[in-house]
Amino acid sequence: MKWTTRLLVLAALAGGLVCFHIIRSNRPLRVNEATKEDTLLLGNATELSTLDIHVATGQPEHMVFAALFEGLVAPDVANPDKPAPGAAASWETADSINWTFHLRPDGKWSDGTPLTAHDFVWSYQRILTPALGAQYASMLFPIKNAEEFNKGTLKDFTQVGVKALDDHTLQLTLVGPMPYLLGMMKHYSWFPVPRHVIEKFGSPTDRASRWTKAGNLVGNGPFALKEWRFTHSLTVEKNPYYWDAGVVRIKKIVFVPIASDTTEERAFRDGQIHSTFTLPNPLVQEYAKNHKDVLTSEPILSVYFYRINTTREMLKDVRVRKALSLAIDRDGIINNILRAGQKPSQGLTPYPESLDYPQAPKVIRFDPAEAQRLMAEAGYPGGKGFPKFDILINTHEAHRVIAEAVQEMWRKNLGIHVGIFNQDWGVYLESQRQMNYSVCRAAWGGDYPDPLTFLSMWKTGDGNNETGWSNAQYDDLINQSNREADATKRLNLLGQAESILLDEMPIIPFYWYVHVYASRPELKGRVPSVLQHRAYKGWYLDHSVLNQPATVAPLPPDIA
Amino acid sequence: MTRFLISRFLQGIVVILAVFVITFVLQKLSPTSPFNGERNVPEEVRKTLESYYGYDKPWLVQMWLHIKAFATFNPPDCVKSPGRGVGEVISQAFPVSVALAVPALLIALAIGIPLGAIAALRPNTFDDHWATATATLGICIPSFVLGPLIAMIFGLYLRWFNVAGWHDSADWVLPSLTLGLIYSGYVARLTRGGLRETLAQDFIRTARAKGASEPVVVIRHALKLACLPLLNFLGPTAAGLLTGSMVTETVFQIPGLGQHFISSAINRDDTLAVGITLLFAVLILVFNMLVDIIQAALNPRIGLKS
Repeated sequence: MKWTTRLLVLAALAGGLVCFHIIRSNRPLRVNEATKEDTLLLGNATELSTLDIHVATGQPEHMVFAALFEGLVAPDVANPDKPAPGAAASWETADSINWTFHLRPDGKWSDGTPLTAHDFVWSYQRILTPALGAQYASMLFPIKNAEEFNKGTLKDFTQVGVKALDDHTLQLTLVGPMPYLLGMMKHYSWFPVPRHVIEKFGSPTDRASRWTKAGNLVGNGPFALKEWRFTHSLTVEKNPYYWDAGVVRIKKIVFVPIASDTTEERAFRDGQIHSTFTLPNPLVQEYAKNHKDVLTSEPILSVYFYRINTTREMLKDVRVRKALSLAIDRDGIINNILRAGQKPSQGLTPYPESLDYPQAPKVIRFDPAEAQRLMAEAGYPGGKGFPKFDILINTHEAHRVIAEAVQEMWRKNLGIHVGIFNQDWGVYLESQRQMNYSVCRAAWGGDYPDPLTFLSMWKTGDGNNETGWSNAQYDDLINQSNREADATKRLNLLGQAESILLDEMPIIPFYWYVHVYASRPELKGRVPSVLQHRAYKGWYLDHSVLNQPATVAPLPPDIA
Repeated sequence: MTRFLISRFLQGIVVILAVFVITFVLQKLSPTSPFNGERNVPEEVRKTLESYYGYDKPWLVQMWLHIKAFATFNPPDCVKSPGRGVGEVISQAFPVSVALAVPALLIALAIGIPLGAIAALRPNTFDDHWATATATLGICIPSFVLGPLIAMIFGLYLRWFNVAGWHDSADWVLPSLTLGLIYSGYVARLTRGGLRETLAQDFIRTARAKGASEPVVVIRHALKLACLPLLNFLGPTAAGLLTGSMVTETVFQIPGLGQHFISSAINRDDTLAVGITLLFAVLILVFNMLVDIIQAALNPRIGLKS
């Protein structure tokens, strides 16, 4: 080849590359295109296992159900933690035991079929039917005889405390006074399912029924299911039959299951989604420094703790358990490892002020001297003679780092040596279930805005106790609280119960979670919620932001 | 040829049955349960679920039911995704994995073969060293490093392609490039080894002595034979690529089969895990058979013996 030809070829290649670069790099951002059409693109962690609200158990499912279904009460737009009218326009109760809900006469399913009180009765019967095997059936146990029906000891559902007085009046009779019932009813286990659709696709108790497919599924929420491409995306669009459709401003929501938080963060940076589900911990500091406008951090009702197997000889002594807790520097863990604004646990129930629960004991502290004294009293001065045990964690970097910090704190402050034992998720769950551990890492998120969601599980023999701990006085206080109609007296009882729990320490609370995520400035109307409840009908996409160059562009990729 | 095919088919059935039995037994020996959750599952619910999915039946009965279901191409539902069939998951995800695998394989060959050839034709020169070093680098860098790096450069800095998702017609580029680059290292090393060995053989000397030009010697005579080790490698590799890559799919959020392959095993989605393992086994068998046929065509000394 002559040098001129070579030069020409080279120039053509370079020119082509420049053209390619200009064309490709000027592609419109996906979020901007979506904003113009009022389509919201949301990162939604892992793919949903099912859209059947009676079969589902997960958090990502919850986010979609909030769009597709609505209970008698709904999250309030201004404060999603508070109950607002949903499928029921109003309700009344005199004693917190007998409740009457008045459904909207214009309430409809997303296919236009009228939504009646009978639908609720049928739905509650379905979730409580033993053959369905619904894991969240226990959420409805406050209803009279619901537990008996679910356990199979009662066969006649008419004995269960739920009745449709007419098409638009639903009456609930509870086992005891429950001032917090409304908060509980925002959980999806209380939502209605469409009988007329489910019966079309087979037996009501068939978990694998195809009624949940796009095209089949009918809901009563502000949005209706449009498309579900497995592990790709789930799209819902505005439901014209929704009673409050007039206030719904978003036309479409696309839930994108992005299992990896780093991938999700890159997608956010690239303008693929309006909001992430979470943020990788190491990036939180960088966002706080450089991209404060998109960083959101909200307290949530979740607590990180260690379970102690109180049936193991050396952990039977309450002084040892207390010493283990007193020797942990929670601030140190938060400030040096987690660094995302978590709060050190003062008690078990997280953020008690958000639950109007001032009775919550605030007793957890870091006190190595006291811890050493207790260990000596228990017969292990300076940790001498204390048998070695392992901290069981599920395989995860964050849990390992925390366990390593605890390992070092216990060595330094108590003179005891522990190992760290990690197991894959499934094995770890089974070890915990069989109580085949000494100390193991755990977490718990509240289902409803009441301390009971954190306290009932420590009753003797509760499936979620898994520590072998049992205290008659504790059980009694919890039972008393279930019979107490006065809200303050009830919380007093729960406060006393929590004090006993923290005095006996079958668990070591570490910190209260914050939900940290990134959200583009054009997404407005989203209100923080300790329960992570979402009132999508209050959300909207602010088009005026599209004209501000700073937000139209993707975030610079310079965060490492 | 027909005898070869029939014999391979019969062997394949035995292999697949063995793969099925091993997978099934491993699942049953696992200390975990598909019906555990972060929250305790009440005993009566556990019993209901076990009987719904047939886990309360004796092993042999369960195995027979599964064999029947898969053999009649009527696979059961996923244990962990109620209302979703194993066949449905595979038929949605497999085409996506194929759409990544084919370009990835082509990229691997397009980069690997020239790189290996350069190294082999100029052994122990600078060209050999840099080509071999590049190939080794490709092998050494794990996909969970290369993937994010490629996403960062071509996605976030240059903005040529989307960093994640499966929306645009160009979304295959970055994941395929990641997979292709990694496999190109292996291809280059196999090409270099095969070509060097072939070039040292007598028939090449004869070809040169007869006055054939160097390109003719390399491309027409040597490369054909030099490809044989590469072909052996490509069979299982193609099968592996077609069943997807967990890491690449996670990094680029691709709805392919690889993520299901791993997560179904971890989450004890037993039916899905069996389904994908069987598909993988079938693909390995098919590609190995194809490799044998191609090898016989390329090298008359290799016959298709059953």
